[in-house]
Amino acid sequence: MSGEVDLLYSEVEEELRASVRALLARKASAEAVLGRCESAEPYDPALWRALAADLGLAGLAVPEADGGAGAGWREVAVVMEELGRSAAPVPYLGGAVLGTAALLAAGGGGLLPDVAGGRRVAVLAVPLTSGPGAALPATVAADGAGVLRGRVTSVADALVADVLLVPARDADGVAGLYAVAAGDVEIVRRTSLDLTRPVAHVLLDGAHGQLVAAGELAEAAVRRALLVGAGMLASEQLGIAEWCLATTVAYVRERRQFGRAVGSFQALKHRLADLWLEVVGARAAARYAAATLAADDPDAEVAVAVAQAYCGALAVRAAEECIQLHGGIGMTWEHPAHLYLKRAKADQLALGTPGHHRAELGRLVGVHM
Amino acid sequence: MEQTDVRERVARLLAEHDPARTDRLAFLRARFDAGLAWVHFPVGLGGLAAPRAHQVLVDEELAAAGAPDNDPRRIGIGLGMAAPTVLRYGTEEQQHRFLRPLWTGEEVWCQLFSEPGAGSDLAALATRAVRDGDGWVVNGQKVWTSSAHTARWAILVARTDPDVPKHAGITYFVCDMTDPGVEVRPLRQITGEAEFNEVFLTDVRIPDTHRLGPVGDGWRVAQTTLNNERVAIGGQAMPREGGMIGVVARTWRDHPELRTPDLHQRLLGSWVDAEVARLTGERLRQQLASGQPGPEGAAMKLSFARLAQELSGLEVELLGEDGLEYDDWSMRRPEIVDFTGREAGYRYLRAKGNSIEGGTSEILRNIIAERVLGLPAEPRGDKDLPWKELPR
Repeated sequence: MSGEVDLLYSEVEEELRASVRALLARKASAEAVLGRCESAEPYDPALWRALAADLGLAGLAVPEADGGAGAGWREVAVVMEELGRSAAPVPYLGGAVLGTAALLAAGGGGLLPDVAGGRRVAVLAVPLTSGPGAALPATVAADGAGVLRGRVTSVADALVADVLLVPARDADGVAGLYAVAAGDVEIVRRTSLDLTRPVAHVLLDGAHGQLVAAGELAEAAVRRALLVGAGMLASEQLGIAEWCLATTVAYVRERRQFGRAVGSFQALKHRLADLWLEVVGARAAARYAAATLAADDPDAEVAVAVAQAYCGALAVRAAEECIQLHGGIGMTWEHPAHLYLKRAKADQLALGTPGHHRAELGRLVGVHM
Repeated sequence: MEQTDVRERVARLLAEHDPARTDRLAFLRARFDAGLAWVHFPVGLGGLAAPRAHQVLVDEELAAAGAPDNDPRRIGIGLGMAAPTVLRYGTEEQQHRFLRPLWTGEEVWCQLFSEPGAGSDLAALATRAVRDGDGWVVNGQKVWTSSAHTARWAILVARTDPDVPKHAGITYFVCDMTDPGVEVRPLRQITGEAEFNEVFLTDVRIPDTHRLGPVGDGWRVAQTTLNNERVAIGGQAMPREGGMIGVVARTWRDHPELRTPDLHQRLLGSWVDAEVARLTGERLRQQLASGQPGPEGAAMKLSFARLAQELSGLEVELLGEDGLEYDDWSMRRPEIVDFTGREAGYRYLRAKGNSIEGGTSEILRNIIAERVLGLPAEPRGDKDLPWKELPR
């Protein structure tokens, strides 16, 4: 267990963080993110190119032999933290995390070099609410020639996917994971709670899929992707909470009422101290999840369930506290706090609710009903 | 100092003092003299000036060889609070006089800090120490003193100058608990037993050679003690399901007939919180070991208290009819306090103290808010007034 697992950030990871943070500060300011989210182009393609291709972040977890950086999920987690801090509109979760994890587990299907190089975005087509441990979604049917019919609802980052990785079953119920060109399916953007990561329905009406993995390998690839995704999401949730805490602390130090900074009132100080305490815990939990995923540690399932059960609720609480402690300004569209609340609330449903993960945990550690 | 050197010293100690044929105290003294008591302490004071991380190795190898330990739970205040303070502020003479018998357990220590009128506001303390020749005469009342009835020595803070603001007029002493002016009375608590005492000090004489740090500087000296107390309370390494969560999870697994959906959800929630607290502690230890100490220490004590209270309360509910019973209300004076010992009712009641002792959770939140988050202090009227003019 955690006795041998490094829960700190290495120097290389801190350097990675610094470069991601600097880029996001330049290209994903709150005004820029807010300005884009109601437009026809909610994702920022220039920012994605800079992150994915120039900084090489799309292929962080991909081996060098497949065109990646040969790092791992610890480093991806650091990127997720920073993306959480900025609520940046890029398809990192759907592509570089879920899609890439599925491809890595499924054998690649020849897509990894393009995906790792940031030239194509391959998004795992599952409802964002799918939790690890759930059965492979069976809303898409495949015939013997790989022609797919059906729909996958509420897919994150599908809007900017070049390739969709679609789990499907054939007439005998055998699972397959198919790569489908985005141009061959209908993608219906939904008006989404999360303005910076909208979901879309994917409709398949005779699209041709290239089989990436079949049978148990396909099921295992989707399971692994959901586990990795849930673990990485904990780091995004940590980043959201960190932004909310830091922004709120800065605000209550400045804001004056009754002749003093409102942050000098114990009623507020104690709330923020409690929030800090939870952020400290979330960091330990998210790091442990990332480290066990990176090392293929057998404790990864427990680690992810703990991190998700904790961080999912924490990010929401941090965003809610952020709005409350900002008072009226926190309720305005102009202030970016709502972007984080919306991301945090959608993230709480994503890849298994805290309740789902607690139930998983009960099964894993033998605390049954 | 490399690990191999430490290992060699352990082997030599065991060769020269076979635990099976050496008197317990003689072995402990030899261990201290070999620098293997607390390896991060200086040479000559029970240590080797080695990295603190090497201590684990020493403890493991000695335990494996069947060597006696110094029963740390019986002498927690000496080890956790008095020793670091004596090391930091004591004279060479004081260090050599006090540390060896403190570590071997020959001399038990207690802490004379809190007073009936000075709890969270410890700096308002009213126990007076007045200069008298080459010593001091102390009068006052202290409270919440565990081990006072077994202690040979006490660390004591007393007011030596009432004419300056409260933080400035305090001095730190080592008090001889066998002085005829020291009277110890048990203080019975909600569990039925008396693990604490009230201590009345009447014309107690303390030689000036038993002062720790400069006159008037006792508040700063006390910070060392209090910071170490919080580390000691919240900072132990824990296996998964260690502590209170392990006790309750065991009860859950052993009694399927007691399970309800509500308790199941709450238990899983606490299981997550306990595991996160454990990982936070693990991360804190890794930070310390790599020389990047973080402010997470205060966090540990807060989480520990909240979890202990939640879980112990949950266990009483889980037990149903058995939760209506209590093991024993009789008044006792235990030498060792075990938060996870005895039965569920005791654990529930004892846990109430976890958010009070060693700094209340409210004070800890203030500390986090002001020192970690940089939030402004509450405006206060007592900082610059001479102590004697404070409203009481």
